[in-house]
Amino acid sequence: MEDDAPVIYGLEFQARALTPQTAETDAIRFLVGTQSLKYDNQIHIIDFDDENNIINKNVLLHQVGEIWHISASPADRGVLATCYNRTSDSKVLTCAAVWRMPKELESGSHESPDDSSSTAQTLELLCHLDNTAHGNMACVVWEPMGDGKKIISLADNHILLWDLQESSSQAVLASSASLEGKGQLKFTSGRWSPHHNCTQVATANDTTLRGWDTRSMSQIYCIENAHGQLVRDLDFNPNKQYYLASCGDDCKVKFWDTRNVTEPVKTLEEHSHWVWNVRYNHSHDQLVLTGSSDSRVILSNMVSISSEPFGHLVDDDDISDQEDHRSEEKSKEPLQDNVIATYEEHEDSVYAVDWSSADPWLFASLSYDGRLVINRVPRALKYHILL
Amino acid sequence: MAAAAAAGPSPGSGPGDSPEGPEGEAPERRRKAHGMLYYGLSEGEAAGRPAGPDPLDPTDLNGAHFDPEVYLDKLRRECPLAQLMDSETDMVRQIRALDSDMQTLVYENYNKFISATGVHALLRKLQFLFELPSRLTKCVELGAYGQAVRYQGRAQAVLQQYQHLPSFRAIQDDCQVITARLAQQLRQRFREGGSGAPEQAECVELLLALGEPAEELCEEFLAHARGRLEKELRSLEAELGPSPPAPDVLEFTDRGGSGFVGGLCQVAAAYQELFAAQGPAGAEKLAAFARELGSRYFALVERRLAQEQGGGDNSLLVRALDRFHRRLRAPGALLAAAGLADAATEIVERVARERLGHHLQGLRAAFLGCLTDVRQALAAPRVAGKEGPGLAELLANVASSILSHIKASLAAVHLFTAKEVSFSNKPYFRGEFCSQGVREGLIVGFIRSMCQTAQSFCDSPGEKGGATPPALLLLLSRLCLDYETATISYILTLTDEQFLVQDQFPVTPVSTLCAEARETARRLLTHYVKVQGLVISQMLRKSVETRDWLSTLEPRNVRAVMKRVVEDTTAIDVQVGLLYEEGVRKAQSSDSSKRTFSVYSSSRQQGRYAPSYTPSAPMDTNLLSNIQKLFSERIDVFSPVEFNKVSVLTGIIKISLKTLLECVRLRTFGRFGLQQVQVDCHFLQLYLWRFVADEELVHLLLDEVVASAALRCPDPVPMEPSVVEVICERG
Repeated sequence: MEDDAPVIYGLEFQARALTPQTAETDAIRFLVGTQSLKYDNQIHIIDFDDENNIINKNVLLHQVGEIWHISASPADRGVLATCYNRTSDSKVLTCAAVWRMPKELESGSHESPDDSSSTAQTLELLCHLDNTAHGNMACVVWEPMGDGKKIISLADNHILLWDLQESSSQAVLASSASLEGKGQLKFTSGRWSPHHNCTQVATANDTTLRGWDTRSMSQIYCIENAHGQLVRDLDFNPNKQYYLASCGDDCKVKFWDTRNVTEPVKTLEEHSHWVWNVRYNHSHDQLVLTGSSDSRVILSNMVSISSEPFGHLVDDDDISDQEDHRSEEKSKEPLQDNVIATYEEHEDSVYAVDWSSADPWLFASLSYDGRLVINRVPRALKYHILL
Repeated sequence: MAAAAAAGPSPGSGPGDSPEGPEGEAPERRRKAHGMLYYGLSEGEAAGRPAGPDPLDPTDLNGAHFDPEVYLDKLRRECPLAQLMDSETDMVRQIRALDSDMQTLVYENYNKFISATGVHALLRKLQFLFELPSRLTKCVELGAYGQAVRYQGRAQAVLQQYQHLPSFRAIQDDCQVITARLAQQLRQRFREGGSGAPEQAECVELLLALGEPAEELCEEFLAHARGRLEKELRSLEAELGPSPPAPDVLEFTDRGGSGFVGGLCQVAAAYQELFAAQGPAGAEKLAAFARELGSRYFALVERRLAQEQGGGDNSLLVRALDRFHRRLRAPGALLAAAGLADAATEIVERVARERLGHHLQGLRAAFLGCLTDVRQALAAPRVAGKEGPGLAELLANVASSILSHIKASLAAVHLFTAKEVSFSNKPYFRGEFCSQGVREGLIVGFIRSMCQTAQSFCDSPGEKGGATPPALLLLLSRLCLDYETATISYILTLTDEQFLVQDQFPVTPVSTLCAEARETARRLLTHYVKVQGLVISQMLRKSVETRDWLSTLEPRNVRAVMKRVVEDTTAIDVQVGLLYEEGVRKAQSSDSSKRTFSVYSSSRQQGRYAPSYTPSAPMDTNLLSNIQKLFSERIDVFSPVEFNKVSVLTGIIKISLKTLLECVRLRTFGRFGLQQVQVDCHFLQLYLWRFVADEELVHLLLDEVVASAALRCPDPVPMEPSVVEVICERG
């Protein structure tokens, strides 16, 4: 079976926003937001049928504007947040809102894709994140593993922590902090650390990475000139606290130990243009995914700086007799970092990549031309990691 | 006088008849008397009593007090002539008889004579023995120790043999006392050591002859030699001085050579001569001695040599090392066991290695110096109308400066292998020095370090600020490329010719080094492209990001930033053209320069390229196909460049236009915003195509920019192509 073959899905519009349905841990499901200035924008709910290698989609209308960023609640499958452009009176403002999708779509209805366009449903607005005083929303991030009540949004030079109340129908600004300095400071991206009881957030602005304590909303570290040019994205290692990855316009991916901000732990330079997205695999943090405007997706094996530098360590409980000798055979030398695969299915800039929240061996990438590609980690590597 | 007178017969006087006159017994008595006289005894003494006439009569021919004058006077006065004549005849006859008697007597007593001489000798010996104590004393007093020792040596055996005889015993005792004093004095003199080694050797020789214990003397001899040599070492050390001016290194090794090494040679030679009987144990003692002092000498020499770190000229140093090494080869033969010659060779080798390292450092410093000069020349403010030194000139300066430094270094280290230098025939200098030291360590090492230094400019963190002037990157890239094409093989050939490499060590092949240089050149040029691309990208990005594209006015001009981009690109083109060849372009269509905005809308409809965009509803699909076309050829934006101008410019323009594309996609455009992008892109199209290898690339990217802007425009009404052309021609 051609299990490793990519599955491609095309959207009618340009698209930049992609997220897995975070709260869903059984079905493989991604949400994609479109960008169109002339037509109603959409959120495509992409269901991937792993067994049959088929994609099923449902389309939700997102009529308020083109979607620049999308994120899903970690607690409620039906809740998501978008950042979208609203154009009025020759002014463009990027706003953010929390939405709920129709109940029947939460777990993916398997209607025939053909009638989906006719039956396009609308999102239910839960609340706006009022940014009138703060400027354009760059992104919204949910507290990881939380109850879906806390979100942080980045608006120009402000970092805003919101409490969602009354079944998320109300967003209350809990606290905020601002970047001060000369020039027009603007956050480009942010991630919420799953470590330290989820009290840390990292942000990127221009070439700088910053860490924030969400309790005091104060800066805890700062990596100046993390990249030679603009930092586009960052991600936390899910298994190794203090470790984070960043990427940017210098075509590089850098890995940092936030306790030592002077030098990156590791640098990758595999892309030939700006790197827009970097994502750690949620379970096997040696697997790092990057997407770039050179229209390539690269899967790297950063095993030497992963939480499993000597390969998979079998838990004592799991060891059966057969596994015993296998674990002995394993070399205890740190393994070599390498590029596992370069995926070339895209023909335009890839602005988003992410792992499935349900299947750790599967990921999706989205290019500007609306092409969504679902790929798997090569089987040989998967077995190598597992065994 | 008396004998002559007696023998010579005087005329007129014959031998007077002796008063006693008895002819018969006279010869016998005379013989006796003669014999006694021979033994130095007077006749009276021998006879025991006076005989015959008055023995004191001076006229008695046979008397002891005979006086020929008195006798002749008497004859002349008393005798008449005839008697005188007779006397004369008689005298002659008597003399003849006496002569024959004497002969007979000698013949008859020959054996007795002989044995009497033996006794005489014996007596003389005895006399010597008896006189020995006093003679010895005298000799000792006079300081004629050699004489004294010789006397003692002569007498010792006899005295030993006859020591049972009391008289001899006494002599022996006396002699022993004196000899002991002599030995003491010799030792004293030996200890005082004021005299030079030869005298000391003499002392030892004498003491040995006196039968002093050799081992002890050996120790003492060496101890004294040590004292002297240590003094030499101390004076050498003083010359090292905590504070210069010390004598130059040649003088130093000269002094060390003549003072210490010379002294050591003397000691060794004397020792071997004096204590040859000591056998291997003695030789080992000497070797240990030489080793110990030698190592201290070496330590001093090395300290002095260590002060010779500076400077690029080796001639004095090599001469000094030559002296040093040559000097130690002499005792090397004598002191083979001490291994001083080997140790000296090792020191020379070590110095040679250090010099190689020093020259490598020197070359590196020279290279860095060149880079600093280039930086300064590049940073120097340009006087309007007057160009500073061009890049090509700077490159030529750097290349020739480095080459002359390399040649100077080669010449300097070549001194170590000169035929007249004593150590140049050592295996190290014939083999390893040439191949591993000079060729690999110095030349290959330098070229590698040069490449590394150059490459380090690619890794500099200051990507944003661009701490390294782009022109420097370009220049270094060309330098490395020139090294790859010619310079490396030239330098290595030069090296191989000068240093005939004879050993089997593997050396870096020219091709490997060339490949490294080429890779360095490629990385530098790629980095140059990135840096220059970034400069232009930043301009374009700012121009897109900071503008309010929704409320912009209808375009009347090309934006200044686009003119700036074209100007900068032209400047880069000129800069690259100074160092790199043109390169090849794809065949151009005849109307390249005339291509206008119509390219975007109409002329591209034929051929395999789909029309770029039309402002109608199906635009998205057009765009899609357009994008597919673009990326089916997959433009690697940051891709390795080739070593020519066109490739470099293509890279820079690709980066810049891709940035423009990505930035446009992040903005939203009003109708006039889109039109401005149209105008700007057309302007870029007019001027940029000529720089790139494949002008189609510029078209594609600019198409893509305009298409993306149209996509990002809620109200996409494009400007009339003719209007766009007019605006662009107006400039």
